[in-house]
Amino acid sequence: MTVRPVVDADAKVWDLAATVCDPEVPVLTLEDLGVLRSARATEKGALVEITPTYSGCPALGVMRDDVTQVLVENGYQDVEVRVVLSPAWTTDWMSEDGKRKLTEYGIAPPDPAHRRQGPRFGGTPVALAVKCPHCHSLDTVEASRFGSTACKALYTCKSCLEPFDYFKVL
Amino acid sequence: MSAFESATRISAGQALTAEDIAAAGLKADEPVARYALRLADDSLILAQQLSWWISRAPEIEEDIALGNIALDTLGHARSFYTYAGTAWGKTEDDLAYHRDEGDFVCAHLVQVPNGDFGQTIARQLLFSIYATLLYEGLAASSDPTLAAVAAKAVKEVEYHVDHAWQWTLRLGMGTQESAQRMQAGLNIVWPYLEELFEDDELIEELPGVAVRPSTLREPALAAITRAIREAQLEIPTTKTAVTGGRKGLHRESLGFILAEMQVLARAHPGATW
Repeated sequence: MTVRPVVDADAKVWDLAATVCDPEVPVLTLEDLGVLRSARATEKGALVEITPTYSGCPALGVMRDDVTQVLVENGYQDVEVRVVLSPAWTTDWMSEDGKRKLTEYGIAPPDPAHRRQGPRFGGTPVALAVKCPHCHSLDTVEASRFGSTACKALYTCKSCLEPFDYFKVL
Repeated sequence: MSAFESATRISAGQALTAEDIAAAGLKADEPVARYALRLADDSLILAQQLSWWISRAPEIEEDIALGNIALDTLGHARSFYTYAGTAWGKTEDDLAYHRDEGDFVCAHLVQVPNGDFGQTIARQLLFSIYATLLYEGLAASSDPTLAAVAAKAVKEVEYHVDHAWQWTLRLGMGTQESAQRMQAGLNIVWPYLEELFEDDELIEELPGVAVRPSTLREPALAAITRAIREAQLEIPTTKTAVTGGRKGLHRESLGFILAEMQVLARAHPGATW
């Protein structure tokens, strides 16, 4: 889980890092996404920890640069942005505000109820409907489990006929 | 910001750099590094093979799916290489681009040519089920770095299994042509399955750290045979091949894969893009 620090100096670093948005889903901040792990003011600068959503996510490098930049612009001289892998990121860390913003942006947010149930492999997962972010219809169909990025699946709405991304539960 | 240069860099920032691991004060022991190298080589060669499909798959959604799966496995390779490299003072790029064929310790399964789409899916079915069980076990490793990479990877490869399983069903129960080609693909990859479950001296050196491959055999075979039966296909009877990938003995195909993958990095050492 990600928690804003209680010490003022650290919280200031957190709040600055939290202004950085995901380059691929620009309505979400790193805080909304749950990839901002910790923030700390150091003697001469700041130390921020972030975590990747997926192992190969190319957005991570950009997030790291952007966090560095915003802190440097705000006077922190010695900025370090560390990548931490453990514990592994889960979509459960996405904030409720983030899920709302995703929907408004046209991406269906991850729903923990869609997490795989039943046998370890195969089987037919219970097909809980994904709600269309455009017309809110539940009459939607998965076009591809892998969408424009690893974190999203591609859906089509059978009511409004619009395609849309679904942020997969991980 | 970083003095560490990488040919796989996407921007000035790195996904997981040698420096991150060094900053955490980590240095893999020699046997752990050799084990991490196996995991990395399997993932990298598979990623390279899968990426060939981008723009060539039967439909655009499939270009994207196989591209995403390749990206995930490339991510796993990068983490394992970075960790392995701490033992020898080498970067992920040193290990990926500047080792020769005989230095690679990947299994033969990932080197099997893509073949047609059915053959690629057959390879994916076998490998992704194996990988899910492997990473599930490795997430409990006494080595915290391996455990962290694996805990992340397991959730991703589960999606890869789903993808391969669904295509196996669709092709197996599709047309006569699709069933025949899916069956042919399974027959071709089947001889390379057993190598994934072989224990050896290195595994004996790493109790509690490595996952013992032989322990994955039963659950992997159970899942694979279930998928094949559900798809109304036959369990292949093709014989187990003589392999030796973990010892650096490879199929002819690995040389071609490496030639294509390494040519640019070797022609322009230290290049970044």
